[in-house]
Formats: sequence, C-alpha cells, structure tokens
Amino acid sequence: MGAPWNQRAARRARRLERLAPLTRGRQIAAADIIAALEAAIEPGDRVCLEGNNQKQADFLAGSLADCSPERLHDLHMVQSVLALPAHIDVFERGIANRLDFSFSGPQANRLARLVEERRIAIGAIHTYLELFGRYFVDLTPDVCLIAAQAADADGNLYLGPNTEDTPAIVEATAFRHGIVIAQVNEKLDRLPRVDIPADWTDAFVVAPRPNYIEPLFTRDPAQITEIQVLMAMMAIKGIYAEYGVQRLNHGIGFDTAAIELLLPTYAESLGLRGKICSHWALNPHPTLIPAIEAGFVESVHSFGSEVGMENYVAARSDVFFTGHDGSMRSNRAFCQTAGLYACDMFIGSTLQIDLAGNSSTATLGRIAGFGGAPNMGSDARGRRHASPAWLRAGRERAGDAIATRGQKLVVQTVETFREHMAPAFVERLDAWQLMEDMGMELPPIMIHGDDVTHIVTEEGIANLLLCRSAAEREQAIRGVAGYTPVGRARDARMVENLRDRGVIRRPEDIGIDKRDATRDLLAARSIKDLVRASGGLYDPPRRFRNW
Amino acid sequence: MSRLQRHSWFEADARARIAGLVDADSFRELCGPHERLTSPHLAVLDLPVAFDDGVVVGEATLDGRPVLVGAQQGEFNGGAVGEIHGAKLRGLFERARRTRPAAVLLAIDSGGVRLHEANAGLIAISELMRALLAARADGIPVYGLIGGSCGAFGGMGIVARLCDALVMSEEGRLGLSGPEVIETVKGVDEFDSKDRALVWRVTGGKLRRSLGDATTLVDDDIAAFRDAARSLLARPVPARDLAALDADQFALAQRAARHADARDGLDVWRALGLPDPTAIPMLDAADFNRLLAPLSPTEAA
Amino acid sequence: MERFTLSLPSAPCARADAAAALCGVVSSGNLEILVDRGSMADRCDIEVNTSAHGFRDTWEAVLTDAIARHAAGGLALAINDAGATPAVVSLRLDQALEALEDRA
Repeated sequence: MGAPWNQRAARRARRLERLAPLTRGRQIAAADIIAALEAAIEPGDRVCLEGNNQKQADFLAGSLADCSPERLHDLHMVQSVLALPAHIDVFERGIANRLDFSFSGPQANRLARLVEERRIAIGAIHTYLELFGRYFVDLTPDVCLIAAQAADADGNLYLGPNTEDTPAIVEATAFRHGIVIAQVNEKLDRLPRVDIPADWTDAFVVAPRPNYIEPLFTRDPAQITEIQVLMAMMAIKGIYAEYGVQRLNHGIGFDTAAIELLLPTYAESLGLRGKICSHWALNPHPTLIPAIEAGFVESVHSFGSEVGMENYVAARSDVFFTGHDGSMRSNRAFCQTAGLYACDMFIGSTLQIDLAGNSSTATLGRIAGFGGAPNMGSDARGRRHASPAWLRAGRERAGDAIATRGQKLVVQTVETFREHMAPAFVERLDAWQLMEDMGMELPPIMIHGDDVTHIVTEEGIANLLLCRSAAEREQAIRGVAGYTPVGRARDARMVENLRDRGVIRRPEDIGIDKRDATRDLLAARSIKDLVRASGGLYDPPRRFRNW
Repeated sequence: MSRLQRHSWFEADARARIAGLVDADSFRELCGPHERLTSPHLAVLDLPVAFDDGVVVGEATLDGRPVLVGAQQGEFNGGAVGEIHGAKLRGLFERARRTRPAAVLLAIDSGGVRLHEANAGLIAISELMRALLAARADGIPVYGLIGGSCGAFGGMGIVARLCDALVMSEEGRLGLSGPEVIETVKGVDEFDSKDRALVWRVTGGKLRRSLGDATTLVDDDIAAFRDAARSLLARPVPARDLAALDADQFALAQRAARHADARDGLDVWRALGLPDPTAIPMLDAADFNRLLAPLSPTEAA
Repeated sequence: MERFTLSLPSAPCARADAAAALCGVVSSGNLEILVDRGSMADRCDIEVNTSAHGFRDTWEAVLTDAIARHAAGGLALAINDAGATPAVVSLRLDQALEALEDRA
C-alpha cells in the first residue's frame, strides 16, 4: 500500500513526466508552449498567471487562452490583475470558470458582463497582500505562469527591476509541489543576479517579444491643474507639516503628483526639507525626481519599477533599493507590508465618498477591485512602534479619553466635482447598486470611513479624527463637499462651529493664499522638465514625449 | 526655492505671449473681447463661443518700433480659424498696409480651418493668406512664431510658410496634414501618430530648423521668442524681387533632391552630417544651434 | 447652450467705471469671464452661457458666494462656459474680480 501523504509530490512527478518530452533541459521552445501548458496543467487546477499591476506574462497568457478547452477546463485563476484581453479570453473560451483577484481596471467591463452572463464565479476581490497571504493558506497555485527578464540554462531566473509579485507567487507554488513555468525575454549564459533559484523553477520559454509592462505610474506634469496645486499646498502645509509626516505612500494620481512636484518649491519655502517625506513606499514616480534631486528623499522602496526610470534608479542607489549588479530590486509583498506597518500616512484620490467617509472607486457596470488601496488606506492595528505623527493622530482620535494606541493617517484627496459635473460626494455610493447588480455579499468599498482620518478638497481639509459623533462627521464631510448637493445641504451653523474648532480648515485658515496656487509653483511642468531634472537619466516612454 | 525661471511660451495663453513679446505695456488690443465679435456659426451649432473668437490682434512696439501683433488661442477649438477669427487676422494685414509698422508678428497656434464653419472658414483663411502676401508685397515684413500645443497645421501651416521668417521652439510643430490624419489615411506603417517622438522628429522645431523652414530655433521661453523677434526686426527688410524668388525655388529644389528618401528627422540629420543624430532631441536650443552653425547656410538663414 | 442672467446685490466696486478684464479661456472644463461696466452701482449683472445643462441653481450658489467675497457693484460679468466645475468657476471669478481690485 502506498503512503498516502505524498499525493502532491506524486502528481507533480506525473506533470513533469508529461512535460519532459517538450523540454530541452529546462527550456521549452516557443512553438511548443501550448502543448507544454496542456501537459503541465490539469483540469480543475488552480493557476496563477502573472497579470501583475505592471508587468504581464503576456505570451503565457495568450498561449493559455489558445489551449484546447477539451484538454484544459474548469481552471481556477488566481491572479493579482486582469489587465490583458487574454485574461478574459480564458474564461470566454471555457478554459477557466473561477477567479480570485485584486484588480481588473482595463478589463472591468468585460468582467462585469461575464458575471451578468453567469459564465464566471468570482471567489472574492482582494487587496494584494491579502491575496498573497491566501497563496499560503487556501489559494495555493498548482501551476504558476510568471514573467522574468532572463533565465540561464539551469533555470535560474533574473527578474530585473520589475519584480512585483513574482517571489510571493513562486514561493507558494514551489513549496507545495506546484509547477513553475516562466516566460523570459532572453536566455543568458550568466545572469546579472539570481532572483529565483533554479531549485524553485521547472521550465522556461523565451518569448517572441519582451513581456509587456504598463507605465502606470507616470503622470505628465502638463496636465496638473491650478486646483490640484491648491489642494497639494493644503495637504503639505495642513497635514504633512502639521503631523511631521516622514514616512509615507502616495496612491498614484495627478493630485499626489502635484504634491511630489511641490516639495522642492513650496515645501522647501516652508523649511520642510528633512522634516517631511524622507522615506517612501512608492514606485519610482518620475514626478518624484525633483524632490530627490533637491535632497528631500532618503529612501524609496518600490512595488515594481516604472518604464523609463531604470537608469535613473540605478544611478541613485543611495535612495532606491538596488542589487549588487546595479539594477533595481522591487517587491510588491514587502512594499505593501511597509505601507501598512512602516508608514505614517497614506494619501490618495477616489471617485466617491459618502457621509460616513466610506470611499470607493467602484462604478456601475464595472467590476474592478481596488488593488493595494484597501491595504495602504487602512489603519494597522498590529502596529506597536511609535512615531510623532502616529501618536498625535491617536491622541486626536481619543479626545478626552487616554489614548492607548496611535493611528495611521489615511487621507483622501478629491475635487468636489469630477468630469461632467459628477459629484464626488454622495449620499449613497454606487457600490451599493453594484453589489445588488452583481450579487456580491458586501458593497465594494475601497477605504472604510473609520480608517479615513482626513479629507482634502478644494474647499479645505476635514479632520475626521476630531469628530465626536456620526453627526459631526457627516457635517465635517458636508463642510468640504463644496457645491455638490451633499455640500449644499450642510448645516451652516454646525459647519461654522466645526471650523472654529479646527475640525474644518479652509485654505485661509491654513495660511494659504489661493492666488499662489498656480502651475508656476511646480518644480517641473512637463515631462521634458523631468528629464532635465534627472540629468537625462529618465527615458520616458514614447507616449509621454512632445519633442 | 528652485522655482523654474523660464516663462514657458507653450503654457502661456495668447495675451500672455503678446505681453511677453512686445515692449512692456505697449500693447493696445483691437477688436477685443469687449466688442463681443463672436462666431455666428458656432452659435448656430449651439457650441460655446469665445468673446475674441480665439485670436488676439492689436498694435504695440518692439524696441520702440511700431509693430502689429496677432496671437491665436490654441486652447479654443484647437486654435482653428473661423470666419471672425480669420477676418481679424485679415484686417490686421490690411491695417499693416495703411499704418506701415516695422513688422507684423504672428503667434501661430492652430490646426487650420475650423471645420464647423465649413466654407466660411476656408474663405477666411484664404483671404488671410491673400492679405498677408499683399502686405509683404507692399514691403511689410511678416514674422511667424510657433511654439504652442497646436503647432501650425493645415491652412495655418501654409500661412506660416508665407511668412518672411519663422521662429520656432522645439515644442512647436509645423506641417500640413496632421499626424492622426496621415495615419488614418495611409496606415500606421506610414506614420505612427502615437509615436510622439517620431511626430516631433518629422514636424517639430528642430527638424524644421534643420531643413530651413524655420529661421531660428529657441527654447520654450517667452523671453527667447522676444529676443528672436527683436533680431528679426533689426535686420533689413527681406528682398522680394524675382531674383529672391528664384533663389528660394532653387534652394527648395536642392533640398527636395537631397532629402528625397528621408522618412525621419534622423535621416535628415545624418544627411547633414550632424554627429549623433539620436541625441539631438535632447539638446537645448543653444547646443543645437551651435551644432548647426558650421553647415552650409540653409535657404532661410 | 443654456443661457440665463442674474442680478446680485453687491458693494460698489471702486474701479467700476474703468472696468475691463478678461479671465480664462473657453476650453473643455474651463470658462472665460468678461468684466465690463454695469448699469447699477450697487448691483452686479451676470450673464451665463454654459454648455452644461441643468445646473442653474449651482451657478446661482457659486456666483452669490463669489460676489459676496468682492465689491462687484457697478460691474457686468459675461461668462462663456464649457463645462467648468464650481471649483474652477470660483477660481476664475476670484481672479477676474481681484484683477480689478489690484488696479485700484
């Protein structure tokens, strides 16, 4: 009678046996990839496809979608991001029918349609760190299809600057007897550095084209408006300076890009260099270049790289995490952890906020998820080490009671109206309607109101930590909601009272003259300015150039 | 505070460009917004109008000498020329023949004819071309300045080349059909309009300066445009006789033959013998002009 | 286009009889404001032409608050709007009216 405790190892051995004829050493020929996938994967498998936020195992994704549904079916996809059309094709073609994921921005409409047509079962939407955690508990992949920069003949992998999710995925898969297949851009005799050892991988294929990477974190300064400059000034003087925010994460957007570009100018003029923004959990935003060059930034750890920033990062190895080979090292799992526990503030934008401060980017007809925002935008109850900002926020929240803990600053920055005069402040989030339409168990809320500490709009800053009741919180939010229906329904007397107490602060209360809020305050006003600020090291992707 | 010292021409609106171009406080606007000469065609289409129909015209001085100035508002309908807009510019040139300024300065920022206005727009731009040529024939120099987001395309691309000389920044572009139109009609292999670096290597200020379409290349700085305008004003009125025309024609024929196979600014720069063509887009104006200086003079120099 | 006019009470502007200013450009999400001499010293006459329909009461609220911030009596404002948000409208109004105050 065979030992019943090595089933997984036995299954792995059978998969490798089927794969063996299609490999030369560890290498699969590109022409054989479909056959290889059909050999290594079994129906009903849990498959992790590296659809990251930025880099995509696009050759493997397209090949998986081209597999025969007779051979491969009922797959359960676990992946961070559905970015490519092929990611949805695997469902439409009957190869997969179940999904656990984190973000699907580019494919959100198609995903919603699949749900409406009942052709997909969504397990859950997760935040990144949550999904990675489940890879080690109840969502361990049987096969993972990953993207790396290079492999050597032994099967060691070099991930290069854009590491993202790969280490987390591979560790979970490899050590539960799963199969690890990588697409690489090139095969080298000797890797610049070994990021994934050959003992953890099974096979690789050299893809016909380099894997696609989306330049998600590049924002053209030319598009930053005066209103965004005003809000950035308020954030810097009213929050960063007030609390002494030294360690932070910026959610990507033009609002935070404006803050980054105001550091060498406005923040410098306030004497804040060295007092704020020294340590970052952040991708290498091109808009951070002037602040780095001006000496604001001591360290940056990143989730992934950013297209065009590789040489700049390598040349600023005092600031960024780089390997002995000189190239950047990033890691989404560790950067998300840093954002949760080691940062004192998260600030980002959103599409809708309700009267409790709940914030969501969920809109009707789309199932998108939130990526890392729910993690970054949450208070970390497990945190124990103190910092001035954390302690102060905790004391503000405790009020007259004795504070037993601090609190992470979670700031939402949003203009009161979006395009087409859509109000950002609403009585009821679209998330509730989406929940009904899509049969979800909970409304898709990105950041919960009880985690939000401050809201910044063009009308001012609302400090929710200082609110003593739900009614005060509601009026504090109405008091910065401008001319939206929510804002105009404010109780004017209560709002004035909140302003007297400093719960609401208008620009003039913070000592800001709105006439100073012009684009002249930006340290760079174009992509070209950023290239110049980097001394020519930043090499922007084609779509961002105008010279 | 490391605030940027330059005042960007690209970012400035029409009145800010004029204010920085001419002598301080010397600009007096004609047919200004208070007269509310708005487009009847846009109104019929129920579209927003502008009180100045997207162009600012008037008189000023430069180095104390009288000039007439026109500046298009690129942000309004892509700077496109409609009936009123075109009439204001035509009127500017007709005024030039009466008042005989030292020059007419035209800050161009336009995609060409305002299609909403159909024939009225076409007629307007044709009349403007005629009036410009008449002013030149009458001995009034006309100088164009291109550095805005719309560049000079379509009918305004033609207008630009009717000027005696052109000042361009690298951000400026000059062409006839727009890049998107070329791609739509001829396909992406012919011209990938999303390859912005390519678009600028084919229509941008540095390439135009290299071919001699532009006389002067400046940085994206209002003060630099002003200095270039002053230099043009200081030189003698360009010759307009048959000999000058024949010389222009000869130079253009030579140029067409020399660069017959060029598909990219890189090919042009290689043919001109410039070192390291791929690095040229990153040079600032001063370094680029130094690079160009030793070459045989281009026809507009 | 939606078009309407308002007349709001306001403290007299010191420079009303020399009033002439233009602020902003008519592009998507933006607006232009023309300031002229008005008819009554203690009122500000405002004419709004906007491409966004159904927001008259929002306009009235924004304009009322802006006029209250400044001495705009004796002025006439004419607005061409291409879908600017209240934040942008308030900003331009402040810019236009402060330009007059600076000249005083």
